[in-house]
Amino acid sequence: MAQTHTTQVEEGHGSPRGYVIGFALSVILTVAAFGLVIGGYLSPSASLIAITVLAIVQILVHLVYFLHMGLASSQQRWDSLSLAYSALCILILVIGTVWVMHNVAMNMMAR
Amino acid sequence: MSTKTLVAAQGELGHDHHESHSVFGFWLYMMTDCFLFASLFATFAVLGHQFAGGPTAKDLFDIPGVALETALLLLSSITYGFAMIGAYQRKSGTVLKWLALTFLLGVGFLVLEMQEFAHLIHEGAGPQRSAFFSAFFTLVGTHGLHVTIGLIWMAVLMVQVMQKPNLTQREITRLTCLSLFWHFLDIVWICVFSFVYLASVI
Repeated sequence: MAQTHTTQVEEGHGSPRGYVIGFALSVILTVAAFGLVIGGYLSPSASLIAITVLAIVQILVHLVYFLHMGLASSQQRWDSLSLAYSALCILILVIGTVWVMHNVAMNMMAR
Repeated sequence: MSTKTLVAAQGELGHDHHESHSVFGFWLYMMTDCFLFASLFATFAVLGHQFAGGPTAKDLFDIPGVALETALLLLSSITYGFAMIGAYQRKSGTVLKWLALTFLLGVGFLVLEMQEFAHLIHEGAGPQRSAFFSAFFTLVGTHGLHVTIGLIWMAVLMVQVMQKPNLTQREITRLTCLSLFWHFLDIVWICVFSFVYLASVI
């Protein structure tokens, strides 16, 4: 019983090692994003792409190491499925808004 | 037949299947909170260059200050993680110690954010100055409001852990829900410092 409980703790709730790995990865990714912008190493459009990639990677790191997302158990699959559906809707919402309003600006405001 | 199915379902979800439903319910609430933030981010993306002839992000944003806020929030994520590890080992002293540290880091973050807001308003860049600052204060302020609610919730849980130091499944479930909320706020903050602060000063 105690054995089963320990395994569950390791899988579902994370271990000190998992949190430390996640923290180290997010520090590296955060410092990279701030360093890129403060140093001004890339052109503005390249910087924006780099920041976006770093942010997406860091979100994945947080989901895996801090929120313990995965596909191992039934509960984790339900969590992941609801998150995937939300992510899809959010992409449609944000990209759709930006695209529509960009066209409005281009067509209505005589730039 | 139905009893068998129920037993099977319980076996799959573990001994605490009722509690895991509460956590999943809270997870679904957080998904709806994602939509709230997504619409505020979309608004900011649309209005991100509408300065109305006033000060711009490049003039006023203090990037090293934002880096410090980010450091506090990142640290508070790992300290909450250690509190949860203590909770699963039923060590209420460990839980309280790490929760207190998390709480202080959260308060530090809020203090820095309030100072930043006060500085912007003092410079004449309050929410009413331009569409950019309206969108900025709404988005970042909503995140700050979430952090404030998270801190109140954390204080309540600390009192509960003090009163019931043997930590029943109910306390663990509550701590788990706040853990989801706190880590989720950190994810929102990743988007805030990337797309609001850094992207505005490129």
